[in-house]
Amino acid sequence: MTVESTAARKPRRSSGTKRAAGAASAAKPAAAATAQTQDAVPQLVQMLTPEGDRVENADNAEFAPFVADITTEDLRGLYRDMVMTRRFDGEATALQRQGELGLWASLLGQEAAQIGSGRALNDEDYVFPTYREHGVAWCRGVDPTNLLGMFRGVNHGGWDPNTNNFHLYTIVIGSQTLHATGYAMGVAKDGADAAVIAYFGDGASSQGDVMEAFNFSAVYNSPVVFFCQNNQWAISEPTERQMRVPLYQRAQGFGFPGVRVDGNDVLACLAVTRWALDRARRGEGPTLIEAFTYRMGAHTTSDDPTKYRRDEETAAWESKDPILRLKAHLLATGGADEAYFAELEAESEAMGKRVREAVRSMPDPDTMAIFENVYADGHALVDEERAQFAAYLASFEATEEGH
Amino acid sequence: MAALKMSIAKALNESLRKALEQDPKVLIMGEDVGKLGGVFRITDGLQKDFGEERVIDTPLAESGIVGTAIGLALRGYRPVVEIQFDGFVFPAYDQIVTQLAKMHARSLGKIKMPVVIRIPYAGGIGAVEHHSESPEALFAHVPGLKVVSPSNASDAYWMLQQAILSDDPVIFFEPKRRYWDKGDVDVDAIPYPLHKARVAREGSDITLAAYGPMVKVCLEAAAAAAEEGKSVEVVDLRSMSPVDFDGLQASVEKTRRLVVVHEAPVFLGVGSEIAARITERCFYHLEAPVLRVGGFHAPYPPARLEDEYLPGLDRVLDAVDRSLAY
Ligand SMILES: Cc1ncc(C[n+]2csc(CCOP(=O)(O)OP(=O)(O)O)c2C)c(N)n1
Repeated sequence: MTVESTAARKPRRSSGTKRAAGAASAAKPAAAATAQTQDAVPQLVQMLTPEGDRVENADNAEFAPFVADITTEDLRGLYRDMVMTRRFDGEATALQRQGELGLWASLLGQEAAQIGSGRALNDEDYVFPTYREHGVAWCRGVDPTNLLGMFRGVNHGGWDPNTNNFHLYTIVIGSQTLHATGYAMGVAKDGADAAVIAYFGDGASSQGDVMEAFNFSAVYNSPVVFFCQNNQWAISEPTERQMRVPLYQRAQGFGFPGVRVDGNDVLACLAVTRWALDRARRGEGPTLIEAFTYRMGAHTTSDDPTKYRRDEETAAWESKDPILRLKAHLLATGGADEAYFAELEAESEAMGKRVREAVRSMPDPDTMAIFENVYADGHALVDEERAQFAAYLASFEATEEGH
Repeated sequence: MAALKMSIAKALNESLRKALEQDPKVLIMGEDVGKLGGVFRITDGLQKDFGEERVIDTPLAESGIVGTAIGLALRGYRPVVEIQFDGFVFPAYDQIVTQLAKMHARSLGKIKMPVVIRIPYAGGIGAVEHHSESPEALFAHVPGLKVVSPSNASDAYWMLQQAILSDDPVIFFEPKRRYWDKGDVDVDAIPYPLHKARVAREGSDITLAAYGPMVKVCLEAAAAAAEEGKSVEVVDLRSMSPVDFDGLQASVEKTRRLVVVHEAPVFLGVGSEIAARITERCFYHLEAPVLRVGGFHAPYPPARLEDEYLPGLDRVLDAVDRSLAY
């Protein structure tokens, strides 16, 4: 087993700068934190520049073979995934505004990280998402309308995790990383040819659970990939409030590799995730991938980012848009023409309409569903309370009929 | 007398402001409490006025937040910690139960733990999972913790300051669906004792005991019952640990009937303890068994079912009728 991380093996352009910022921080945390934000991002695996050009360099050399088989057709597929996902996400945001959903956590800006990693998975692999992984769900074939139930308030999940090997969304920050690790321990015990991937955010990396997941997976050499979408914010808190060391470097301390990838570059995300899943399946243990990306919208529809975030920052990230980047590449290489994009546009519109209609006609659950599935076996107290409540509700019907 | 009309949210904000002004050892800590002012804006503007050293945005780690608050308290500070939502207190539960609650006893009284943990709790805002729970019994069950919940703006203002002044750890449950309810706050008043129940409405036929978000429901139920000629007394318990059993007993000895109302599951809830104690204390006064109205032994349901799940006027009145029928 290689415990030396990729990150550690390669000279990192600005790791020295990082250290300096860290050292200075001892005296004056707040000021140093700001300094760190201004830094250029250290080592970043990238394959498509923001302008849409393919790049080959030392940083991506190790990962490039993992996308050597990608055809133009495949690239169009990735593009379609991202467009459909963004359209779905936009529709959900609109539905929230129209009062059809109680809340929505938008993935706007994170499409490449999700589609790139999601398309790296095999059917047998298992996904543990947080609450924003709509693009990964799309890759797993989960019906998009199923994702909306919990945001509409009709259920707490709404899909069978084992149908698509896509676990329920987890809202308690970081919890699922341990579930993924345990699941991966089971996969290894079974000798199965599969890997597990756990999604979480930069904020989540502060939770003890996540640290424990790193440690367990390292100790048991479990086939799990930790995929952190560092979208720079945990609600109002910037990454400087969560960590002092670039996230991907943390893996090294636990004894497995950490890689930082351009999270707005779908090809690089695909390559790096395939690489990590391959390691896992080969029995080489966990990997931490930090997809360096940006949350273009609010944290959720309840959040007001103007309270804490500067417009210039958001604007600077707009030019790195993951979808525009691949579109530029496809256009420049003749991989797709305007007719293709127009057709896709129409397809995504139709999907949006289908989702809208499905949500509007989504029925409220039956009241007595409160008492369903509390236990797998029966439970006398639940039975008693169910009967009492049913009798109570029936007493109204009796009065109404009596009128 | 300076009575001001303000929302519960505003009253809490003013209360924190006053505590920060009066004691340089008071600190506010939590996720998003700084620039954002908390997801409910309870700490709005405080970091701007008191700085990042006193209003501290923390990493996203509840165990870390409470654990470091304990350390700060050991060093003489008085941390007021915000947990973003009820369902997210559990990563910190270990620190609260095994450390915070026991430090005073373990040190034979040498160490004080003036830590306040504010938790927006309970349902009624149409939220997703983990944002609507009422875990107060889990804390009230733990010796060493005090547990309180205001139901109106004046109590929000005063009880929070009293909690901060207390040398014991206080779990301060804020009824989030009442944040925007307005009421009079007399900022110059002599505060009512933190752990004393208050009669919120006088009556003679039956007592309704509640706290936090359910006090309003009980007052509405009392008003509705009055139209049917029933005189309902409403007692706002305010404190779940300790419970003011003397105050409640006085009410029950007068009305001879008691219904306890809370959102939390009834089974092993705060109401169970109250029913047991009041039955012991008032056995010969009671005309009916103490009844409880509350949540079911089921996870808090998805938002579209919470209106049915949460005890409302009808369920409270139904219990009143059942009690009076004995
Ligand atoms: C244990 C816990 N504490 C607090 C919260 C409230 N909360 C929900 S999302 C969030 C920020 C998460 O940030 P990050 O992990 O970076 O993920 P992102 O939402 O940016 O994708 C917080 C504090 C929670 N869900 N769980």
